[in-house]
Amino acid sequence: MRSDIRIDHKVILDIIPPRASVLDLGCGAGELLELLVKNKEVRGQGIEIDEQAIYQCVARALNVFHGDIDTGLAEYQDGSFDYVILNQSLQQVEHFDKVFQDALRVGKKVIVGFPNFAYFKARLQLGFSGRAPVTKTLPYTWYESPNLHFFSILDFLDYCRKNDTKIERAVYLGIKRRVIFFPNLFANTGIFLVSR
Amino acid sequence: MEKKSLGVVKTQYFTFANPPDELKLESGARLGPVTIAYETYGELNKEKTNAVLILHALSGDAHVAGFHEGEKDPGWWDSMVGPEKAFDTNKYFVICSNILGGCAGSTGPSSINPRTNKTYCLDFPIVSIGDMVECQKRLIEYLGIKKLLTVVGGSMGGMQALAWLVKYPNKIHSAIPIATAMRHSPQQIAFDEVGRQAIMADPCWKDGDYYGGAHPAKGLAVARMIGHITYMSDASMADKFGRQKKKDSEQFKFTADFEVEGYLRYRGDNFVKRFDANSYLYITKAMDNFDATRSKPLQEVWKGLKVKVLVIAFKSDWLYPAYQSKEIIKACKFAGLEASYCEIDSTYGHDAFLLEFEEETHLVKHFLKKVFSVSQNEAKL
Repeated sequence: MRSDIRIDHKVILDIIPPRASVLDLGCGAGELLELLVKNKEVRGQGIEIDEQAIYQCVARALNVFHGDIDTGLAEYQDGSFDYVILNQSLQQVEHFDKVFQDALRVGKKVIVGFPNFAYFKARLQLGFSGRAPVTKTLPYTWYESPNLHFFSILDFLDYCRKNDTKIERAVYLGIKRRVIFFPNLFANTGIFLVSR
Repeated sequence: MEKKSLGVVKTQYFTFANPPDELKLESGARLGPVTIAYETYGELNKEKTNAVLILHALSGDAHVAGFHEGEKDPGWWDSMVGPEKAFDTNKYFVICSNILGGCAGSTGPSSINPRTNKTYCLDFPIVSIGDMVECQKRLIEYLGIKKLLTVVGGSMGGMQALAWLVKYPNKIHSAIPIATAMRHSPQQIAFDEVGRQAIMADPCWKDGDYYGGAHPAKGLAVARMIGHITYMSDASMADKFGRQKKKDSEQFKFTADFEVEGYLRYRGDNFVKRFDANSYLYITKAMDNFDATRSKPLQEVWKGLKVKVLVIAFKSDWLYPAYQSKEIIKACKFAGLEASYCEIDSTYGHDAFLLEFEEETHLVKHFLKKVFSVSQNEAKL
């Protein structure tokens, strides 16, 4: 396996077994999906809103639908995929709850990856300088950000508890490696394998 | 960069369904003999696994690319078909045939009825998109091809691609429906009906029996003018013509004062020279009657198929809006077909499928490359 693979992609690659069926929501230019097809021989499908990213996906020989996640997901039948991936896209969907529940319906399992809003650098910026945080995983200024939902690892855990969503695996990431202690403070990214 | 052209090409003819083995149409009527005009480009490989079938739209013909002897305009999709183009003729064997009911070499209402030795006129049976596909299948068999790499077309050509997916999904590795619909909406039927009424209101139409005398040229020209309005967008018209007036126009005499008027008249008059009014009636009816979902829901027909699908739509196309392409994708999702969809950001309206060849080339080239390599691997197994 190549060593220049993004750390979050590596984690997801580890979770998904060979020859699974995978739906990647907000697949971007298709880097992760291509890795999964090449290394795990998955039957992959992407959904992406950006037209230029669609051209890149097609050049990578991926199956991809041009459209938004909200409506694109609703059209699938229950259990259509072994895995539904929402990596760095769930914070950008308009209707968080609907998309998340739909993902749990369409996929037998769901992988969620998102930036942790309670990461200590974000806390410092907000707490001490009194300004909206800009970090490696939250790279946008407040006036440019496509993110609609700002939540922490603890927020997500609370949400899953409240909705009886089973957390099968949790991986916390810092800039270069996994975080074990106090993830809500020291991890800038959380990746969860969840199911109903 | 200017890519090479195919150079001079020639139309060929294939005749079949000689009585008593006439072609049985979907309506139950029988028709024969049937002649289909077609062109081919590139070379069919030894295994006969590199064939691509292009399906033309309402006013198209078999002449997709290259030049006919002595003509200065190339075929209607020359930007997409040729050496190193989207349908690369160095790699693929490209076929296109004129549809049944047409007027560019294939049997249609302007052909001679062998039973009466007179022109068919309205004795020509009603034909369907499925009947057109049946003729294409006969042609493919005649050329010795068992399975096509892809069937591809825009507008009515896309309907034929969908009909292939419904009728003969096991004869194709993939399909590329562009700017099309599984069935016409009332709005699309309405525009077709206005075109038909324009033809039938022309006194020269004479219930379709006009071949000995003057043709219903005015009616057909008006039908074409309406067509052209629906093929463009508000933005593309504003961009192309504005409110520009023609210099030689006389005021208040109902001459073509505005550029757009002159354009529509020119397009209408030109169309009459190459198209038959009765064919226009028959073909638009075939489009209106088409419904890919008629026999069974598509998800049932397509369940478990290995066919790959690439659907393309255009943002400013209001004649075949993107939601109609998304319905095709929805059926693919239900059936679990491997599919891709792209809505190209274009201001050209429905005409975009003939004009946005850079984006289309990118999508088609990569898609076809994958289909070809997968089909080659399948053949080895």
